[in-house]
Amino acid sequence: MTKPETIAVAMSGGVDSSTVAAMLAQTGDAVVGLTLQLWDQTRLAGKHGIHDAPKAGRCCSLDDVYDARRVAEHLGIPYYVVNQQARFERDVVQPFVAEYLAGRTPIPCSLCNNHLKFDQLLQTARSIGASRIATGHYAINDYDPVRARWILKRPADRAKDQTYFLFGLTQDQLARTLFPLGHMTKPEVREVARQSGLALAEKPDSQEICFIPGGDYKQFLTAYLEEQGRQVPETAGELIASDGHVLGHHDGISNFTVGQRKGLGVSSPTPLYVLQIDPASHRVTVGADEELATRTLRARRLNWISIPELTGAMRVQIKIRHRHEPAWATLEAAGADEVVATFDEPQRAVTPGQSAVFYDGDEVVGGGWIF
Amino acid sequence: MRRVYMDANATTPLLPEVVEVMRPYWMEHFGNASSIHLDGQQAHAALNRARETMAEFFNCHAAEVVFNSGGTEGDNTALFGLLRPGDHFITTAIEHSAVLQAAEQLAVRGVETTYIAPQPTGLIDPEDIRRALRPQTRLISVMLANNETGVVQPVEEIAEIAHAAGAFFHIDAVQGAGKIPFDVRRFGCHLCSISAHKVYGPKGVGAMFVRRGTPLEPLLVGGSHERRRRAGTENVPGIVGLAKAIELAMQSLEDGTIDRLALLRDQLEAGLLQIPGTGLNGSREDGSAVPRVANTANIYFDQLEGEALVIALDLKGVAVSGGSACHSGATEPSHVLMAMGLNKTRARASLRFSLLKTATEADVDYVLKVVPEAVEHLRALFPEVAGTLG
Repeated sequence: MTKPETIAVAMSGGVDSSTVAAMLAQTGDAVVGLTLQLWDQTRLAGKHGIHDAPKAGRCCSLDDVYDARRVAEHLGIPYYVVNQQARFERDVVQPFVAEYLAGRTPIPCSLCNNHLKFDQLLQTARSIGASRIATGHYAINDYDPVRARWILKRPADRAKDQTYFLFGLTQDQLARTLFPLGHMTKPEVREVARQSGLALAEKPDSQEICFIPGGDYKQFLTAYLEEQGRQVPETAGELIASDGHVLGHHDGISNFTVGQRKGLGVSSPTPLYVLQIDPASHRVTVGADEELATRTLRARRLNWISIPELTGAMRVQIKIRHRHEPAWATLEAAGADEVVATFDEPQRAVTPGQSAVFYDGDEVVGGGWIF
Repeated sequence: MRRVYMDANATTPLLPEVVEVMRPYWMEHFGNASSIHLDGQQAHAALNRARETMAEFFNCHAAEVVFNSGGTEGDNTALFGLLRPGDHFITTAIEHSAVLQAAEQLAVRGVETTYIAPQPTGLIDPEDIRRALRPQTRLISVMLANNETGVVQPVEEIAEIAHAAGAFFHIDAVQGAGKIPFDVRRFGCHLCSISAHKVYGPKGVGAMFVRRGTPLEPLLVGGSHERRRRAGTENVPGIVGLAKAIELAMQSLEDGTIDRLALLRDQLEAGLLQIPGTGLNGSREDGSAVPRVANTANIYFDQLEGEALVIALDLKGVAVSGGSACHSGATEPSHVLMAMGLNKTRARASLRFSLLKTATEADVDYVLKVVPEAVEHLRALFPEVAGTLG
């Protein structure tokens, strides 16, 4: 390709990525819209109470592809849907299911970003002569010549901060990705969408996991396993208090997540919460709110962004779930590809399977998976 | 940028003569062919002329021509119009979804279908159809030429088998019309469906040969149009366009246009097959081609994802297709190639080049310049063999 750069925009059919496409289309660069088709929303229809007709307006649904295509047509840019269903199932859905069955609470969005989305978009981009991609994530990436590293930072709109889901990006991926919304607020984005004549400027934000439209994980799990000719493994076991005495029995560990309060099936004068899930013994430990708090966290499968690697103890703020206010902690290496963090104040519901993302002010130092 | 359209099996542009002949029927001669008055009579006369052209093309009586909305309607009419609960139906695994999906619908209504798999060459063995016959077999439906590979099926032999068994025979001739000599008497079928937009005519129009005496129930009921075989006000401009396109198609077969097209296709194919790791889908083990229509070449490019190649070629000005588009527009591996025994990886690595009859040597040269570059580029980018996933 010559003169103007070709940029591939990842289009989900939502306001954010559509606005990115509109903004770039105005710059004179050659813009190509891409949507990854990740999951067939009709695939499990009719199984285990899943509706025959998928709900409208969810990520990677037909409606979203329709919306993305309409935006591309409106902007006059080429647009393609790329079939990544097989890889999504292998790299995201199956690990998600396995994690759940192992008593952990996985975050498929991070799995997808780390192992599929950016990798695949960049591959497809390169195959069409585009050296860079642009997405509608709220995050900022900058090159710091002093450290000779690409830095990922929290965006201007703190409420929309998506850096928690992006901790797995490699230096090469950060170098080849544009986040044009990083310095904008959501209302500003909607205003640009309106000014660009995008019909979907008022479309509501989607919050759900794209392949589980109703948000009922357990139903999805059962339906998916049924489709695979498998059953949810028998993981019924004891419900115990933190002192070890048996309070009752439960039907399976995949019904629980750390910090959960509802649906425990035991009565108690004070509210009880899931403290721990032991996939080996199928024991689920419950206790009072205070007992949920822990001071330490261990994480594996690490990715470092602002530093090449962790060499000594480091003061960071750690986010342990998407809506968590980062908490001060000291981070130390604990063997190869493993860290231990000690919080200044005990943190509630440190949940295995979720990711821990380490911040130094606005910068993402790195992150890993809690175990 | 130069654009070369090599997806003629998806659709074709109208020829100027077709546009011209349709022109008066939008505003001047707009009448309803069922009306009593002179405006209606004008329209009716145009329909009759078109019907005679179609009869000449099919080699049938004008009364055996039914106009409809295209190939899907023709296929649907054949199946829904003849098959009743308890009937047995024989078709092939490589049919268009207009046949395959209709058969699935009919399964719910108690019609059992046997799907005949093609040989690795893409050809249907008539003996396989004979073996599938049952006393309840009421209809056999086989395509004349396959849309993906261009392979021409032995419909005459299949017709003999159908006749001997007392079954009706429908030919989906959408991809064969205009590309090979046509004669429904010689084919020996009771029903034959074609579509205008695959033969340089307008979209949304088609025609069906319905042999006299075939007890075909209409799919659409209402007015007494088309001798009560297809209700709905006739699309007069479309039908006039179809007839002109068909007239030109018959000429193309006689004046050497199609022979020249076959040479161009062969030239393209030979050039593409010089790229390492490629092969022809729809050929014998020794590489020799089986009977095919003149414009189609289906080639696999090992170590490639066909979807990525289609996109890359599109952005370089070459329009081709790979596999079939699923509802979202993403590419699914071709059910035709899979039925021929290609594994999923190779099916996904396959592209269909289908030339317009107006294609030029310069078009072929351009494609032969762009495709090898794109293939080399993609293979260099992803040496780890794309498409190894299920």
